[in-house]
Amino acid sequence: MIDFLPFLKKMISAPGLSGFEGPIREIIREAWEPLTDELSVSKLGSLHGLKKGRGPEPRKRVLISTHMDAIGMMVTGIEEGLMRITQIGGIDHRILPGQPVIVHGREDLPGQVVQPPAHLLPESAGSGPVEMQYLLVDVGLRPADVVEKVRVGDLVSYAQAPLELTGDAIAGHTLDNRVSVAAATICLDELQTRLHDWDVWAVASVQEEETLGGALTSPFEIRPDIAIVVDVCFAKGPGANDWRNLPFGGGVGLGWGPNIHPALYRAFEEKAKALEIPANQDLMPKMSGTDAMAVQIVAEGIPTAVLGIPLRYMHTPVETVSMKDVRRVGRLMAEFIADLKPDAMDKINWEE
Amino acid sequence: MKSLIQKLVETPGPSGFEYEIRDAVREAIGDAADEIRVDALGSLIAVKGKKAAGGKRVMVSAHMDEIGLMVTHVDKNGFVRVTNIGGVYPMTCVGGRVLFMNGTRGVIYASDLKPGSQPKISDLYVDVGATSKEDCPVKVGDVCGFERPFQDLGKRMVAKSMDDRVAAAIAIEALRRLESTPNEIHFVFSTQEEVGLRGATTAAYGVDPEVGFALDVTLSGDTPKAMPRMETALGDGPAIKVRDASFIADPRLVDWMVKQAEAAGIPYQMEVLTAGGTDGRAIQMTRAGVPAGCISIPCRYIHSPSEMVDTDDVENSVKLLVKLLSEPIELD
Amino acid sequence: MTKKLEISAGKVPEIGPDQFALLEKLTNATAVSGDEHEVRQIVLEEIKLIADDVKVDAMGNVLATKFGRGENRVRVMLASHMDEIGFMIVKKHDDGLFEFERVGGIDERQLPGKAVLVGRDHLPGVIGAKPIHMTTRDERKKKIEVGSLRIDLGPEAGDQVKPGDWATFATRFEILGPSIRAKALDDRLGVAILIELLKHAPENIDLLVAFTVQEEVGLRGARVAAYRFDPDMAIAVDSTPANDLPNWDRDVENSRYNTRLDAGPAIYAMDGATIGDQRLIRLLTEVAAENEIPYQIRQPGPGGTDAGVIHKVRAGVPSLSVSVPSRYAHSAAGIARIDDWANTLRLLHTALSQVSPDLLAVERRD
Repeated sequence: MIDFLPFLKKMISAPGLSGFEGPIREIIREAWEPLTDELSVSKLGSLHGLKKGRGPEPRKRVLISTHMDAIGMMVTGIEEGLMRITQIGGIDHRILPGQPVIVHGREDLPGQVVQPPAHLLPESAGSGPVEMQYLLVDVGLRPADVVEKVRVGDLVSYAQAPLELTGDAIAGHTLDNRVSVAAATICLDELQTRLHDWDVWAVASVQEEETLGGALTSPFEIRPDIAIVVDVCFAKGPGANDWRNLPFGGGVGLGWGPNIHPALYRAFEEKAKALEIPANQDLMPKMSGTDAMAVQIVAEGIPTAVLGIPLRYMHTPVETVSMKDVRRVGRLMAEFIADLKPDAMDKINWEE
Repeated sequence: MKSLIQKLVETPGPSGFEYEIRDAVREAIGDAADEIRVDALGSLIAVKGKKAAGGKRVMVSAHMDEIGLMVTHVDKNGFVRVTNIGGVYPMTCVGGRVLFMNGTRGVIYASDLKPGSQPKISDLYVDVGATSKEDCPVKVGDVCGFERPFQDLGKRMVAKSMDDRVAAAIAIEALRRLESTPNEIHFVFSTQEEVGLRGATTAAYGVDPEVGFALDVTLSGDTPKAMPRMETALGDGPAIKVRDASFIADPRLVDWMVKQAEAAGIPYQMEVLTAGGTDGRAIQMTRAGVPAGCISIPCRYIHSPSEMVDTDDVENSVKLLVKLLSEPIELD
Repeated sequence: MTKKLEISAGKVPEIGPDQFALLEKLTNATAVSGDEHEVRQIVLEEIKLIADDVKVDAMGNVLATKFGRGENRVRVMLASHMDEIGFMIVKKHDDGLFEFERVGGIDERQLPGKAVLVGRDHLPGVIGAKPIHMTTRDERKKKIEVGSLRIDLGPEAGDQVKPGDWATFATRFEILGPSIRAKALDDRLGVAILIELLKHAPENIDLLVAFTVQEEVGLRGARVAAYRFDPDMAIAVDSTPANDLPNWDRDVENSRYNTRLDAGPAIYAMDGATIGDQRLIRLLTEVAAENEIPYQIRQPGPGGTDAGVIHKVRAGVPSLSVSVPSRYAHSAAGIARIDDWANTLRLLHTALSQVSPDLLAVERRD
């Protein structure tokens, strides 16, 4: 059993903000090369990996949809050698002051987000948390050098390095959603030694954090018969203890709600039980907040399942996840896919 | 070109009611295009060029709709209540004039104006000079746009609906000036952008392009205490959009656009807009995805009746667009 | 101006005992967004012998086709949604009471002190509220937080109810003189109308009827239904609020009523999701005038129907929304007039009978 922790750590140390996923795509491509039959890139930059099934053509297709883009920031202006920023994806501005970052200018420049003193801000900014428009990034260079190396539109990513915590837990930025890429990779790896009838399309999608752009367009191209969307979900932790939060390290989240096809939910529930993989219902009464919102309604509609990896401190640079859950999702998907018969779609209906 | 811009900005046509501006665009294009068609949502599509080696099917989208108001109620004294079509700032309406699609004219004002507070859309009403519901020449569902004449200030031009008629003019002018191209170019004059990029969404599906460019106005940061703070300024050239709130331009396309501008010696600026949306998004999300970018014309006072652009920026936008469309587009 | 065709079949449908019985069944059924099963089964039962083709798609939409006769038939899509607003049980607390979330837009002030039905078995429960004796005047000025409300099914609910189950208000269908009172008039009225139109399908067109899912959580089902049907034009049939109540200040006209009861089917010029195609608006208003069918224009403003996604599908579909007005939408009980229901059915049937290729041969314009 390969240890996927080094791969995950490599992924979360690489840039690849929404819309600019080039660097992370290359890392995933390298990992998927030996695990797939064909690799291609969509018009918007999503990575598509096909592992062919052994059934007769035309084979049914299952899509594993993960997203590889990261949240971060973008330079909107340069004033006296310091940069103004806006967000890419949803960032709580309260975690920014003092945060180590990298400005991807003409070269990568380590720096930090700084909070100006109150007397340099308008009165309305007050003594409370300072909004992003008032924060600055300092890379330690003099103004003339900054202007040469940085321009409006350059990207800024979190610089927090991955940390191995106790109990098989890992912390870092962009575990949302590169842990799902890791889970998909584990699944592809397991399938190397399992026979499966269906074609498997593993997709590392772009732009989930901004536009769901990858999730709207990749399924249009691939037209799968069913889709499994893998994303992080909320783990119980400080200030996060209500019905939306699943136990940390306590098993796979099985999405349930209008975004999910109930027959797929039941199929995954049964499979997890049979394999003694811990799993918990992850309620999504309205929408799932994941790529599944887009995938489900592409073209003529796609039966969709949502598998969740419980994660603490989402969208901060110190997101925390249990590797146990990452492996569980990978394995659950592999077993599910290996069991898909050519006529499995007959049971994916609305009769119950 | 100023007379073309004047003709377009002064033609009424809020979202969903673009038939007059469509006729004006069609007339301005004349026989400069190889073919013209109108789609299900009313967008006008003019095709020019045949795909040659290294060429692509390209969509260029400028929206021809403008913001406006629709009648929700006529009260017993003939005063007309309205709701907005697209993003209307009530503050810019008070004391202005409107023109209904049926020719009626009126004044727009606000009831309950409290000192120190801003009016809401529901405070606005239009006075068309009627005295009762019965003698009012407009009814629920009727539509009006803001009425303000075009003004040529020399280096600057001011009018309502520079958003996005100035871009429509740029597209028409580029279509006229285009001499040779390896691309098959679909110039889309889209409808209903202001209410959610609707015309471009369906036009893009129909055109099924390989690459797309939106043309729209963008905020400039060069007025007193401009918010949001922007680096774009009038006179610094057409802006190459990196992102707005609705989409992130394909970075490969952005780099290519920058190279073309530099090769042709056309001034340009980079644009990051933390608000707003443009047809670029609609193109990018079509079918299996389309690399899309946007040329933005810096504009002051957007969505007011007095939008201001720079004459040189407009001319340079035409030049840049012609340059981009005349070349094979290389993304890698 | 559309030509009246010589070929038009099917007598204009009317509202009678069968239609009341069907609407009663439909409104009493539980079908919250994402769990439209009960209504889907009723619809399938009603139409399986009339439609030429029936499918249930990947999201649970029922797609029924009735082919017409003659050449160059226009393909007309109709859409009404099967789902209603309601609740999902999210947690069982130690005291045996159930925490829940709303599905779809429900004003939280409509919740306390109501009876509900939970799950496929329609188990009765209540959303209680603290006794007034234990509240303070200040407290009563504030909304009761949804997070503090619970559904109580009695002490032995056991495993009959679990998180993930859905619930609705317990309101039962009733006829009150000229009115109907029921839950989910939005959009079981539409569903009932579509079933009647299928039963009396005019022969000049191909009728593509979509009973959609998940309208209340973002117009989701209609999008894939329209993609599949790929129609020439579409009409969404829904129910829209009539806020035609008196203003507290009696000197002030109610100028924001949206629609009024007894004023007939509401045709939409513009709502938050769609600017109606003027060619279709003209068709309906001219047909209404010629046939003396009352109608009203829904006040332009926020809100949306399935037309909001249908018109943007593929290369675009000329679309329109028509609704039966009803008061108190998205609360426990709505009230609609039987006449408005009947006139909506009449208007749609008569207008559909006059659809021809001429309608869409002209460019979209006023």
